[in-house]
Amino acid sequence: MSLNPVRRHPNATILFLFVALVALMIFSLMLGRYPVTLREIAHILATTSPLHAVGNYTNVPWVVIEIVRLPRILMVTLCGMGLALAGAAMQGIFRNPLVGPDVVGVSQGAAFGGVLAIILALSPMGIVGMAFALGMAGLLMAFLLAKLAGKASTLALVLSGVIIGSFFGSLVGLAQYVADPQTQLPSIIYWLLGSFAGATYAKVAIVATVTLVAGSVLLLLRWRINLFSLREVDASALGTNLDRLRWVIITCVVLIVAAQVSVSGGVGWVGLIIPHAARMLLGPEHKKLLPASAFLGGLYLLGMDDVARSVGNQEIPIGLLTGVVGAPVFALLFWKTQTKGWIDE
Amino acid sequence: MNSIAIQFENLGHAYRSGEWIFQQYAAQVPAGKVFALLGPNGCGKTTLLKILLGALTPSTGKCKVDGRVGFVPQIFQVSFDYTALEMVLMGRARQIGLFSSPTRRDREAALAAMERFGITHLASRPFHELSGGQRQLVIFARALVSEAQVLILDEPTSALDLKNQVLILNWIQRLSRQDGLTVFFTTHHPQHALAIADETMLMLEESKYASGPPAQVMSEANLQALYGVEMRQVAFDYRGVLVTTLVPVLVSSTAAGA
Repeated sequence: MSLNPVRRHPNATILFLFVALVALMIFSLMLGRYPVTLREIAHILATTSPLHAVGNYTNVPWVVIEIVRLPRILMVTLCGMGLALAGAAMQGIFRNPLVGPDVVGVSQGAAFGGVLAIILALSPMGIVGMAFALGMAGLLMAFLLAKLAGKASTLALVLSGVIIGSFFGSLVGLAQYVADPQTQLPSIIYWLLGSFAGATYAKVAIVATVTLVAGSVLLLLRWRINLFSLREVDASALGTNLDRLRWVIITCVVLIVAAQVSVSGGVGWVGLIIPHAARMLLGPEHKKLLPASAFLGGLYLLGMDDVARSVGNQEIPIGLLTGVVGAPVFALLFWKTQTKGWIDE
Repeated sequence: MNSIAIQFENLGHAYRSGEWIFQQYAAQVPAGKVFALLGPNGCGKTTLLKILLGALTPSTGKCKVDGRVGFVPQIFQVSFDYTALEMVLMGRARQIGLFSSPTRRDREAALAAMERFGITHLASRPFHELSGGQRQLVIFARALVSEAQVLILDEPTSALDLKNQVLILNWIQRLSRQDGLTVFFTTHHPQHALAIADETMLMLEESKYASGPPAQVMSEANLQALYGVEMRQVAFDYRGVLVTTLVPVLVSSTAAGA
């Protein structure tokens, strides 16, 4: 069987995904209880800036677009792109499409870091720092545990990730138990469920800086990620030292996940299912897979957030939505990949 | 060319327990020659290859490989379903910068290597859908596109049918004779070494080996000692050429009883 037309024209597909993402961002600006037309949006974006308020905050369309919807849409898009990019890179270096930041202890570690930062009443940058430190700690602990078991094989790493993940899950439970039920507990629970409702430009700046820097490194290394699919001895014969490269990529992945967790809490499954979908669309070659995953991740999370904020009277935490949709989709993809497209080692 | 492409002396490797896999092994492979390594399962052939590839540090001795190395593994596993062309392009890893992707030149080089092996038509086919022989040729093309000077092959014919075995052996010979590549391969088929190798090494015991031109080294007695089975040398005339080969003695139970 030869390649399908979509896989034969990867650049056109990636361009289409990018255009679709921009279109969805514009549509998302229009979406909401307060109606704003496309013309008004264009005018506001062209003539004003959120940092230099023209007039005052009584200008409702300006507030809705520049202060409420735009930072949220930017944040959701960046988080979706970052998570999918990180997931695709991680699956590439671990040669396994069933691996993601959720599986190897990163997300749970980062979540505990965030909860701890809330209890300690740290600043937003403090939350990022704690989420990153404990996300990295989660990954390192999973690695060490896998090493103790013998070779750092993918299976050993995933099983260690499950152990470390539940350990950090218990610590999150403990933190909730000791948190002040009047002041801290509600914000911890809401944060853990995952939401973009509290988007601000300060948070956008955090996510944008981390995602753009770490994401750019991943994108620059995207062709090299293919080489991780080969066995060590094979790759070393091609003159490539994968060990150092692996750590650079892991650091970028953890930074991206930590930045997302710190600003919007637990938004699961994106890093697992989106790279799968992109792989089904364009094949496994990481030069095409990484940009396609990023745009698809932005599309998916923004679409989910649009649903979360427009269905019903009250906003649904997006983490719940991505979980409810992600698990069955992942089950379907798992079944599909077992029948074709991925060879189990 | 008289230069030495592969050289090892007093080479030995031991398990963590201290038990030797092999020791005091030495050989020299002149550039452009074909070298065959034979030995029973578990004698350390793959370990020796890993040492040559620089993936394993030997417990004792020195080992030197002069020139860029290309490796063709025994079982080729790749986790994702790349196309044949994408697989061949991975051979350009040395030539492509850390933050770069393959250029048009790399693509042209990859397609030229595929054309050399007559597999250009497979370029956009998923690697997993190819037959064993086709996959092997893709990996050969990958080694060629990496501008390898020394080709190391781990049992290159083990998973192939007879037709593909002959195809691959012919290619090994051509890469050595026409392209001047040095080839070092392991095999379980004495007749393959006899047919295409210039030099052979038999891993007889932990610290005992026999090496030299195949016609001298691959005696019935040596192969019997190596594999523990009766071997016979058979010679016959094929279109005016005397062909010598080696076969294990297999007698069916009915014939034995008669």
